[in-house]
Amino acid sequence: MVPSKFAYHKPSTVKEAIALLATHGDDSKILSGGHSLVPVLKLRLNDPEHIIDVSGIDSMGGIRDNEKSITIGANSTHGEIANNAALKEHAPMVALAASMIGDIQVRNFGTIGGSIAHADPAADWPAVLLAADANVVLSHAGGQREVDIDQFFKGLFMTAMGEEEIITAIRIPKTAFNKNSTYVKFPQPASRFALVGCAAAISNSDGYITEARVAFSGVSATPFRDSNVEKSLKGSVLNEGSIATATASVADGVSIMSDHFAAEKYRKHMAGVYARKALSALA
Amino acid sequence: MKVPVSITVNGKQYDKMVEPRMLLVYFIREELALTGTHIGCDTSSCGSCTIHLDGKALKSCTMLAVQANGKSVTTIEGMANGEELHPLQEGFHMEHGLQCGFCTPGMIMCAADILKNNPTPTEEEIRHGLEGNFCRCTGYHNIVKSIQYAAKKMA
Repeated sequence: MVPSKFAYHKPSTVKEAIALLATHGDDSKILSGGHSLVPVLKLRLNDPEHIIDVSGIDSMGGIRDNEKSITIGANSTHGEIANNAALKEHAPMVALAASMIGDIQVRNFGTIGGSIAHADPAADWPAVLLAADANVVLSHAGGQREVDIDQFFKGLFMTAMGEEEIITAIRIPKTAFNKNSTYVKFPQPASRFALVGCAAAISNSDGYITEARVAFSGVSATPFRDSNVEKSLKGSVLNEGSIATATASVADGVSIMSDHFAAEKYRKHMAGVYARKALSALA
Repeated sequence: MKVPVSITVNGKQYDKMVEPRMLLVYFIREELALTGTHIGCDTSSCGSCTIHLDGKALKSCTMLAVQANGKSVTTIEGMANGEELHPLQEGFHMEHGLQCGFCTPGMIMCAADILKNNPTPTEEEIRHGLEGNFCRCTGYHNIVKSIQYAAKKMA
């Protein structure tokens, strides 16, 4: 398979990249590791005339451990994230999910920025970033803005990014719930994408849950947090009983995907199973 | 429009003009005639096109040649030291780690990445590490043994 023809640009700063986006607009696509975009180009699901390779932009790389948050540069690979000591300590589900993406080869080169810009609802990142209360840092010609992750994913391959914006970083807050978090997934056996991916993050005070965040990838075309599960858990003690009660009706009222891998009813059932797995691991 | 790339492959620098849409695997196979790197699924699933880019395993069907500009590639042809086989190559020979052999170059390149980061992997770690490499002869047991052979030899 060979992509359609395009012109290749390799800017060395975010400013240059944004200028290229402004010039070529609709006809351009951003490339980082290329592990979402190159397959799309090969299948000719998209045929941009311009590819803007941001992998050489130094300010978009690296993982910084700040006082109140951890900033993950958009060009960070899944492998770098999986092995990052600060993330392992402050948000274990983030490192854990990264270690479960694709395979060694994909984790070596695929990036978090590219993955969330692509916004495949069955990717692992959406569930984890929703549960983590992450912020997405977007740069544009006038400066930058931070979008709350709850406002970021808008549907199948759709995000809140403007046409002339670039994801430069993802911020994970250092919170009690992120410190006590996990991710489990029911992978499609060939692609390793999530038929169900469940991220759970819970904070406790005197044994009672003060905050519960439970989010899903793979279940709906728009990744989501399940507020019914979260409300049910809040104020209770995390144990077999409270988990069973909270997960009795996972994904109720949510439009659930159905395909040849997993029909709607099966997916909904497995969402409950994986929510119980995730929460039990934190109990 | 073709653009210039300079890519070092198995220690030798190649300066070529390529179309930006050329995939790295085609650069290796067609521009350099190094056909040890195979194309299996062409959809980033099977791992038979695995090479190393700057020392890390990569599915070369999932990267453009221009992305590798200025970088260093190792293919299966670069693993042996002259006549002396790499311990992984020797392991696949000794432990009958191949049947048809199509997946073997990719298996060896992925295994080299596994051993670089974890020189003494458990059987489970080897099996998990190979999740992105498919053997359609289903010869996985001997592939695992071959990698264990190499790990022992390299220790």
